[in-house]
Amino acid sequence: MRSYKLNHIQQLESEAILIMREVAAQFEKPVLLFSGGKDSICMAHLAKKAFYPGKIPFPFLHVDTGHNFDETIEFRDNLAKELGIEMIVSKVQDSIDAGKVKEEKGPRASRNSLQITTLLDAMEEHKFDAAFGGARRDEEKARAKERFFSHRDEFGQWDPKNQRPELWNLFNANKEYGEHFRVFPLSNWTEMDVWQYIASEEIEIPSLYFSHEREVFERDGTLLASSSFIQNFEHEEIVEKTIRFRTIGDVTCTGAVVSEASTLKDIIQEVASARITERGGRADDKRSEAAMEERKKQGYF
Amino acid sequence: MQSTNKNKAENAYLNMDLLRFTTAGSVDDGKSTLIGRLLYDSKSIFDDQMEAIEESSKKKGDDYTNLALLTDGLSAEREQGITIDVAYRYFSTPSRKFIIADTPGHIQYTRNMVTGASTANLAVILVDARAGVIEQTCRHSFIASLLGIKHIVLCVNKMDLVDYSEEVYKDVVSQYKEFSSKLNVPDIHYIPISALYGDNVVEKSDKMDWYGGSTLLYTLENVQVGSDHNHVDCRYPVQWVVRPQSNEFHDYRGYAGRVEGGVFKPGDKIIALPSGFTSKIKSIHNHNEEVDEAFAPMSVSMTLEDDIDISRGDMLAKPDNQPKVGQDIDLMVCWLNKEELHPRGKYTIRHTTKQARCIVKEVKYKVDINTLHRVEGDLSIGLNDIGRIRIRTTEPLFYDSYSRNRSTGSLIIVDEFTNNTVGAGMII
Repeated sequence: MRSYKLNHIQQLESEAILIMREVAAQFEKPVLLFSGGKDSICMAHLAKKAFYPGKIPFPFLHVDTGHNFDETIEFRDNLAKELGIEMIVSKVQDSIDAGKVKEEKGPRASRNSLQITTLLDAMEEHKFDAAFGGARRDEEKARAKERFFSHRDEFGQWDPKNQRPELWNLFNANKEYGEHFRVFPLSNWTEMDVWQYIASEEIEIPSLYFSHEREVFERDGTLLASSSFIQNFEHEEIVEKTIRFRTIGDVTCTGAVVSEASTLKDIIQEVASARITERGGRADDKRSEAAMEERKKQGYF
Repeated sequence: MQSTNKNKAENAYLNMDLLRFTTAGSVDDGKSTLIGRLLYDSKSIFDDQMEAIEESSKKKGDDYTNLALLTDGLSAEREQGITIDVAYRYFSTPSRKFIIADTPGHIQYTRNMVTGASTANLAVILVDARAGVIEQTCRHSFIASLLGIKHIVLCVNKMDLVDYSEEVYKDVVSQYKEFSSKLNVPDIHYIPISALYGDNVVEKSDKMDWYGGSTLLYTLENVQVGSDHNHVDCRYPVQWVVRPQSNEFHDYRGYAGRVEGGVFKPGDKIIALPSGFTSKIKSIHNHNEEVDEAFAPMSVSMTLEDDIDISRGDMLAKPDNQPKVGQDIDLMVCWLNKEELHPRGKYTIRHTTKQARCIVKEVKYKVDINTLHRVEGDLSIGLNDIGRIRIRTTEPLFYDSYSRNRSTGSLIIVDEFTNNTVGAGMII
């Protein structure tokens, strides 16, 4: 008898599509959190597939720290046009101007934790009851304990000790008014799976992921892009290097790696032999051992 | 397989299998250490992760690098040195990608074991060689069996603490064989290991020449999981109706969903439930690509020859092979909440893509998970209890027995006041 088998990427894709359709059906007003990184680009691709030939039945939301790579914004706007979706942009600068959050000071200032307030305000303003995030469980140890459907109370908080059991592929989206869910369709994907998927589906990604020349400086063992958004210490020397980014986020905390990888094939080989996790380059996670857990409890992605 | 993308065929990595397994053991059986060891010895640990746990080990005053720290995600877990919630881990070897659901051993966290087991193909169950088969071992094995896991690997751990004694190992194995004969698990493997020192985890041990079997990793890589999916009975719960209403696809009406059983092909005659109308499949789409067949667990979209009324929660099947249809359902339930099941209570249920309400009509019996016998004179179903109940639903379910189909045979019970998932049901 012929065997009916899906390889692991096909299984992961099918699972993610199942989850996206389940969210569209069970929630009143879902939104997809779009960061401009490869994981959210993958989600956009999966959403396109899930509802084809219909339109994606939810808008995207970009929480904009204002500290972006130009390429990210250009890519974001083009993608929105191509998919025909509404791209809502919520600015951290607006939260700062409204006096809701205070900007951190000094060379290590980051708007990373400031995003939480902007995100939660946007959720409330638009009455979103579910937000897709591209987080993967392999990224970080607090994320290893996430459910696909992650319940958040009216303050947007995550209570890791009191998560709902999640069985089979039956997702319980029932909630009180004012509460919402974060949903992570890529939970079971690894960095390698994402790259393989991008390659096999020929998904377009920003040029930042490929090897290029850039002015960078080293801080705490991480290479950061030289930028007007970052105040440098005196001893920090700015040099030009051939680099690429493994993750893309806010300019102030996205670490680069020295790399000659200029094609997807090169990147996949590089990922296969990497000895450092992709978040190893993220300054925001280095602040403390429980940095991610603390931010997640408060309502971070 | 009809993959039209040439990249897919060219890429060896993409031909990897996926094995989902769960790990269970009681407190201090060394489960986290074992997973740490599997990840470490299979070279799935990155340098920054290793540095972080080396540092934590030093801080805690351990004189060796505690691999268990790799799996402790929450700060409370690190403080108490225990695992609270189910954690998912990923690693791969050239032939397989593995998803581990690492579930805690505490008695009060059995619900996490059920969660981890519900999507697993295989269960790794640990016992401490010094303690042998204990109540927790029986509980975990029973849950694995109840949740339809067909493969168990019993790891007799801490062999280093019993001088790698064959006698001790054989004794544990015979205890387990006696117990497991009552379970419905066709494939059981036994491996003597030391997770702490890595004996028989990834590398074969040189301290147990008397053991001729495989290492744990070799077993995980080679166990024939075949297919967990039913490819006989065609079941397609409709998840979402695609109606683009665009100029290009003006009259398009597609039914999106995931195949939960059988093989569907264009031209096949189907019946829609509950309406009972029949039609033929016109086309099956995977995105913009037309495919010539769809089987579990593919997520696709189908169009039909006739315009019949179908919406989310309905099911497509074959006229000559239909699921059971009914409102009085017998099930085994595993209770996941502190608040007991209310006999005569009303709950919300989710089954395939359908949400309905139910009333508990009868608690038939409760199972003693140590002896697998019925508990006489006690029908209370509380946290971590397993029992057989009968429910009546507000509308008919289209279902199969859990042993025949894990998707159409499972449901969850949701509390109508707290919205919490309180029970896991397996239809008999």
